[in-house]
Amino acid sequence: MPVSKDGLPCNRDAHEDLIRKLRELLPPEAVLTDKEDLRPFECDGLSVYRRLPLVVVLPETIVQVQAIMRLCHALQVPVVARGAGTGLSGGALPLSDGVLLSLAKFKRILHIDPENAMATLQPGVRNLAISDAAAAYGLYYAPDPSSQIACTIGGNVAENSGGVHCLKYGLTVHNILLLKVVTMEGELLTIGAETLDSPGYDLLALMAGSEGMLAVIVEVTVKLLAKPERAQVLLAAFDDVYKAGEAVGAIIAAGIIPAGLEMMDKVAIHASEDYAHAGYPRDAEAILLCELDGTNAEVSEHIMKVREILHQGGATEVRTAVNEAERQLFWKGRKSAFPAVGRISPDYYCMDGTIPRRQLPHVLRQISLWSEEYGLPVANVFHAGDGNLHPLILFDANKDGELARTEEFGQRILQLCVEMGGSITGEHGVGMEKINQMCIQFKSAELSQFHAVKSRFRSCWLT
Amino acid sequence: MLGRDISGTLQQQVHNAVVNGTPLKIEGGNSKTFLGRETHGEILHVSGHRGIVEHDPRELVLTARSGTPLKEIEAALAETGQMLAFEPPHFGDNATLGGTIACGLSGPRRPFCGSARDFVLGCKLLNGKGEILRFGGQVIKNVAGYDVSRLMVGAYGTLGVLLEISLKVLPRPAASHTLIQECTQAEAINKMSRLLSQPVPVDAACYHAGHCYVRLSGSEQAVKHAHEHLGGEVIEKSEPFWHALREHHLPFLGSANPLYRVMVKPAVPPLEIAGEWLLDWGGAQRWLVSDEPIALIRERVATVGGHVTQFRGGEHNGEIFQPLAAPLLVIHQRLKASFDPHGIFNRGRIYANL
Repeated sequence: MPVSKDGLPCNRDAHEDLIRKLRELLPPEAVLTDKEDLRPFECDGLSVYRRLPLVVVLPETIVQVQAIMRLCHALQVPVVARGAGTGLSGGALPLSDGVLLSLAKFKRILHIDPENAMATLQPGVRNLAISDAAAAYGLYYAPDPSSQIACTIGGNVAENSGGVHCLKYGLTVHNILLLKVVTMEGELLTIGAETLDSPGYDLLALMAGSEGMLAVIVEVTVKLLAKPERAQVLLAAFDDVYKAGEAVGAIIAAGIIPAGLEMMDKVAIHASEDYAHAGYPRDAEAILLCELDGTNAEVSEHIMKVREILHQGGATEVRTAVNEAERQLFWKGRKSAFPAVGRISPDYYCMDGTIPRRQLPHVLRQISLWSEEYGLPVANVFHAGDGNLHPLILFDANKDGELARTEEFGQRILQLCVEMGGSITGEHGVGMEKINQMCIQFKSAELSQFHAVKSRFRSCWLT
Repeated sequence: MLGRDISGTLQQQVHNAVVNGTPLKIEGGNSKTFLGRETHGEILHVSGHRGIVEHDPRELVLTARSGTPLKEIEAALAETGQMLAFEPPHFGDNATLGGTIACGLSGPRRPFCGSARDFVLGCKLLNGKGEILRFGGQVIKNVAGYDVSRLMVGAYGTLGVLLEISLKVLPRPAASHTLIQECTQAEAINKMSRLLSQPVPVDAACYHAGHCYVRLSGSEQAVKHAHEHLGGEVIEKSEPFWHALREHHLPFLGSANPLYRVMVKPAVPPLEIAGEWLLDWGGAQRWLVSDEPIALIRERVATVGGHVTQFRGGEHNGEIFQPLAAPLLVIHQRLKASFDPHGIFNRGRIYANL
């Protein structure tokens, strides 16, 4: 049998055989093979990488997922799992010789247990839908990626997603209790427990952020938190980006952990303001959004302190959202920063490096020097509280060589993050995008250890 | 800062062990030897590998060598108004950071603030091939590669020797009050589980000897308001109580019968198993001193979806930790083989065939 360079069977007979067998397992509408049906699955949120899968399957029961995996394992066909496809690192990029397994039909909230503050969900439940459903009990699910209206919990676990509130409430890994997963061999495993820990190794931590490479997530139990009595957001304007960076450190040094601490530079402020009309000051070089939550008394006390720190740090203006509507509006501006930047440039490339906070001024300065060198503008959006940078490099893919220059620029930013003691990805994941940059952050023995973990976790054909 | 890096010596010892096929027993301060199954081998002394490598209070991150005494770390953090927010038990004067993380131990704050594992950001480790590897880092967000550093937490040294650990640290709360109320165990469970869905600054809750204890921590105002809202009497100087609870110094925990750690969902009603009960972690971690057979205890606890560890006393070569489902055990064995292919580290410490 002819074999592709990956060692995968690639002849047409084998493909037809696979599709025929998939149709035996699933109803006709759950197996897509027509080009136009495959098109919506060709990329995730990182649309510069596109590829059509051989076939898309849309199972709706765990038993069907197991059957698909068993079949693919038997035929040695690679499988890529996909949630809502909002990922930003090409983690759901299909393989042209492989099966794309969509979990889109797993949309049910199975159980909310207010007494124990937990919820059991199918993987296709949207992030925001969890908090909506828990609200009746005074509870919510803390991690809130900017794509939370659309992204789903299964993908959140696979990518270990963060969001604007993870400085105080942690990443996905800190907010999950139990997973049901299907291995490449089709075996259903329960990882973790409904209790606060489980016997043996912490496989839950290993699964979170494993980007679908160890097993397919088919059920998730998350921890819910009591909704804070009050949340208030402050907006501070600065005439200098570096002063804003310094103020971030000063707030933390004062012993205050804000629920969210975000920073945007001038390019990002203007783009967001034009798009979301959040009332951001257009004359500022940088703004900080600082959200404080907790009990009424605590929030009042912290607001006073933070206002003082911001003024001392040289803020030209400090505003407190006067009501919930204005608070939501302040956040709307921030959460829509990516699409807003998308309107002012034909294309943009979103980076996701992290650095120790103290390196912020240095890294910003370097990015702005490179921006001039490459002639490519950059809009900076940061989760400043946890040192997670999202420089958005603006470019035009239709201009000859501009994508290549953008990628080179991006690569230098990530390299700098690693040199500063940080990471090539804070929350978007490695995916197909940063697979080469893994070699910047890790030595070959460390990469070998990752390979050993994956190959020992029974499967070897998941991407 | 004060300290010594002996990773070269440790690496050499691991190389020798591989060549000679000698099993190694990893030892830090020797304060947690009572935990888990007995393991035999040449002792690999890690306590000489010590010192805080970096602590920048503004970054909320501390990095220290694994043999650093926990006391030294807590003292350094206290000087800058910070703490290890998972409030680890020491179980002895010589407790080290490495041992605490390897055993994955967390104290009363755990259900409200997170576990030891939740605060680990990165580690440097020595695997069973004698390679020194770094995973994670010193930043709060980092999703590059598998989360190997958190996998090390609670692995009891069976996957590798922790050399250096980076932890997220937090500011100490400005104020702390402990409220006490007399009640039955069932009433305490109700009360504590209700706390989970209320926006109150609780950072510890337990039930002991007919009383429910709730610790409120946060800003002065927040604590005062929450006290008014919840009611109950304030205990002056409550620190010794929480310390005794965390360190298992409360009288009945020292009894001759084995001590079991029973993990259940916090709202599970009182379990009908004869013995003395103490409920920590808001009801999620229950301590039981009992002379009932472990098989019976496990059977009862399994009916409410929980699991049981034989924590102190009793037979030390048996099933100390809750047995794993067969497919999970296979994954454990494979993971062990991926980190420690020659099977030299802490053989059988958690499970007989691991």
